[in-house]
Amino acid sequence: MPWIDACAVDDVDEEDVIRWDHDDRTYAIYRSPDGAFYCTDGLCTHEQVHLADGLVIDNEIECPRHNGVFDYRTGEALRAPVCVNLATYDARVEAGRVLIQID
Amino acid sequence: MSDTAPLHDAAPMARDYSLTGPSGTRAVEIGLAAAQWYHSDVPRKMFKTLIKRRDGPAMRDTAIWVGLHILFAAGGIYFWGSWLCVPFWFAYGVLYGSACDSRWHECGHGTAFRTRWMNDVVYHIASFQVMRNPVNWRWSHARHHTDTLIVGRDPEIAWMHPINLVLKALAFVGVVETWQSLRVLARNAMGQLSPEEQTYIPESEWPKAIFWARVHMAIYAVVLCVSIGMLVVGQGWASIIPILLIGGPRVYGCWHFVMTGLLQHGGLAENVIDHRLNSRTLYMNPISRWLYWNMNYHVEHHMFPMVPYYALPKLHEQIKHDLPKPNTSIWDAYREMMRAVMRQRQDPDYALRKELPPTAQPYNEALHSEVPERSPA
Repeated sequence: MPWIDACAVDDVDEEDVIRWDHDDRTYAIYRSPDGAFYCTDGLCTHEQVHLADGLVIDNEIECPRHNGVFDYRTGEALRAPVCVNLATYDARVEAGRVLIQID
Repeated sequence: MSDTAPLHDAAPMARDYSLTGPSGTRAVEIGLAAAQWYHSDVPRKMFKTLIKRRDGPAMRDTAIWVGLHILFAAGGIYFWGSWLCVPFWFAYGVLYGSACDSRWHECGHGTAFRTRWMNDVVYHIASFQVMRNPVNWRWSHARHHTDTLIVGRDPEIAWMHPINLVLKALAFVGVVETWQSLRVLARNAMGQLSPEEQTYIPESEWPKAIFWARVHMAIYAVVLCVSIGMLVVGQGWASIIPILLIGGPRVYGCWHFVMTGLLQHGGLAENVIDHRLNSRTLYMNPISRWLYWNMNYHVEHHMFPMVPYYALPKLHEQIKHDLPKPNTSIWDAYREMMRAVMRQRQDPDYALRKELPPTAQPYNEALHSEVPERSPA
């Protein structure tokens, strides 16, 4: 699978998330408090809401509409009303850029 | 304020608030369900400070809440047999039977505490106090936020047309709601979820709903047995104390949460997609705000449910230029709401339409034909 250049490292604050659109799909790219990068599908699995508008606390993302919570490292649904896990994608940093591997 | 605007979809039809009927189907067809709602602009940097979670404020408020439960219950029992016990039971009733609603609500959103288990513990205690199945109501409230006051979609519409004012008055003493809540819990405890509950609760959650209903009903059964036991051993009127402590406050102490809750959307528009048209923000006294955990900022809460209760006043300051002027007090809000409600009893299509300040964006009219009314600049 190819690695795709998604954004600059500095585009994402620590403990925050941004939206990234690619090939008619939308993703969320996270930067954890310890500086690691992660990527998941961009829309909540409960209702189609952009997670990039949500709140990152530690290693979790909270959906802005109903406060459902996922672990963005694994995609695991942690708190109702989300029940279905998020798809996750590998992310790595190279020369100040965040690269994402899309299936 | 203008009072002329029917904001409903044009086609007249009888109100059908069931979640399985034609209104819900129609709401989906015309795009009212799960629609894109209007939000006031809040810069991301500011928003991040507003939604930042802390344990401190809710820990402080919960400690006070629990402490006052103990204090007032002790006073009520100590002074039992004298009129001096009445104010203690009155205060205990409000702390149990009214403050529980806001704790249920905020912890259900998961915003009161930063630590998730703290939200969950208070959520379950408050759900028990307010006699709501903690699973069912978590999901019904999610729907309420997706489809606020969308007829046939929102399971939490308080003012259903035609409005029955006798039932609304009875709500202040909680008798009807308590009976209905106990019936729902009993039905759930027997393993049954209604067709409506099945529309908004995922099947994977049904066993949890049944489990918690059984827990609640078991506690009520124990309380009833203790009360009967005290009566049998000759405790007389004191045998009612267990019920005054557990369960009873949902009847005699709910008036404050009913009073504030009816204001949230009363007299305002159904089937719109702008919370400024269907929710009410008002100012109120600090005791009511503490009991209500700042849900008087209700437009703000619906626009931004991630903002914890203790940050709502700041959010209000940030976006009030974009909102209708708040009511100045509970009394002022009731005067406004009841005038509208009395008119709605004759004309269910009528709804209050508050004037926006000149600094506000127009109402979101994407699905409506009304022209927004603005103050002169």
